[in-house]
Amino acid sequence: MSRTVQVQPCPRGPVLVRGAEVVVDEDGAQHPVTRPVVALCVCRRSSRKPWCDGTHKAIRDDLR
Amino acid sequence: MHLPEPCGPVSARVVEILSAQRAPMSADILAGGSVLTDRDAQLALWTAYEMVYRGFDDVDPCLEWDADLIGLRRLIEDRFECELRAVTADRVAEALARGGEVGDLVLGLVADDEGPHLSSYLRRDATTDQMCDYLRERSVQQLKESDPQAFLLPRLQGRAKVALAELQYDEFGAGDPSRLHQDLYARTLRATGLDPAYGAYISEVSALSLASANVMSLFGLNRRLVAAGAGHFAAFEASSSVPSRRVAAGLARLGLAPAADYFEEHVEADAVHEQIAARDICGSLVRDDPSLLGEVVFGVACALHLDALAGAELLSRWERIDARAARSEAS
Repeated sequence: MSRTVQVQPCPRGPVLVRGAEVVVDEDGAQHPVTRPVVALCVCRRSSRKPWCDGTHKAIRDDLR
Repeated sequence: MHLPEPCGPVSARVVEILSAQRAPMSADILAGGSVLTDRDAQLALWTAYEMVYRGFDDVDPCLEWDADLIGLRRLIEDRFECELRAVTADRVAEALARGGEVGDLVLGLVADDEGPHLSSYLRRDATTDQMCDYLRERSVQQLKESDPQAFLLPRLQGRAKVALAELQYDEFGAGDPSRLHQDLYARTLRATGLDPAYGAYISEVSALSLASANVMSLFGLNRRLVAAGAGHFAAFEASSSVPSRRVAAGLARLGLAPAADYFEEHVEADAVHEQIAARDICGSLVRDDPSLLGEVVFGVACALHLDALAGAELLSRWERIDARAARSEAS
């Protein structure tokens, strides 16, 4: 059965992912998806990687 | 839950109406001055709204649509809305002049907000009593978290409706009753030794705590205010992720880590929800009807204004108590 994973990048924010079951990070660690939509950190400053924790809001625009 | 003890003429009138002891209604029952800080008016409004949510053990549920009750509710709502429009007018005008994409505008307004840093204080400095005071004041809205916004759903269409339903599915546990957010808050109260019962602290919380809860019902139960409700919801979600992380850290600092589950959940949940609410709910609403932008921004401004007032109120209350303690120690 084919599954659709939907990816929605948010300007100056995370990437929203719908339909995924597991997110595998760059070290190969598996992170099970437990909510209908997850936000993946792209600023790399989150304390909850791979998930966004809102930290990107504290980063100045010129450092983004 | 039973009817609360009235604390002035307006709440006495609502209780009187709900207890079926009628007297003709007078429009000048409301005092002059601010309704936001008028505890009598806010308790009256909360009690009138509660008939739409869980009601009272000692009140006939048929009174939910009682004409006198609705009439009095509208009287207070009119004053409440007028005051909110007046105090947010400048912020709304500035935001509209700034323009830009709706999602960015909403999230930018929240990011630019220079409110008192209540969550920073809770993380670093709050005593256990102050943390409990905060949890008690917030219980009025968190124990029915997302319930008022459920009334927005039938009033939205298309993408905005789909986005709100997606967000609320998560708020209501995403299929798992043990993850229902309002119940997570009850568990937080229990873990800190507070009473987790719905409405337990109604007689103690401040006018502003009641107003912060009431504004959601104002927007949720008046169809004409649906866009303001969407804006308020987006601002509420967008001002939750980072503060939740701070409150969770504060609870851990105080040795209350078991109470932090609710706040830990909101760090990741609201990082998702703020994007959905600002971009997919508010963004879709305004794309479908650009005339709604002002109302969306009004809702955002109301959330920021009330959050700032409620935060400042707690910080100054604790400062007064600390000063009094310091004086009595010195004497």
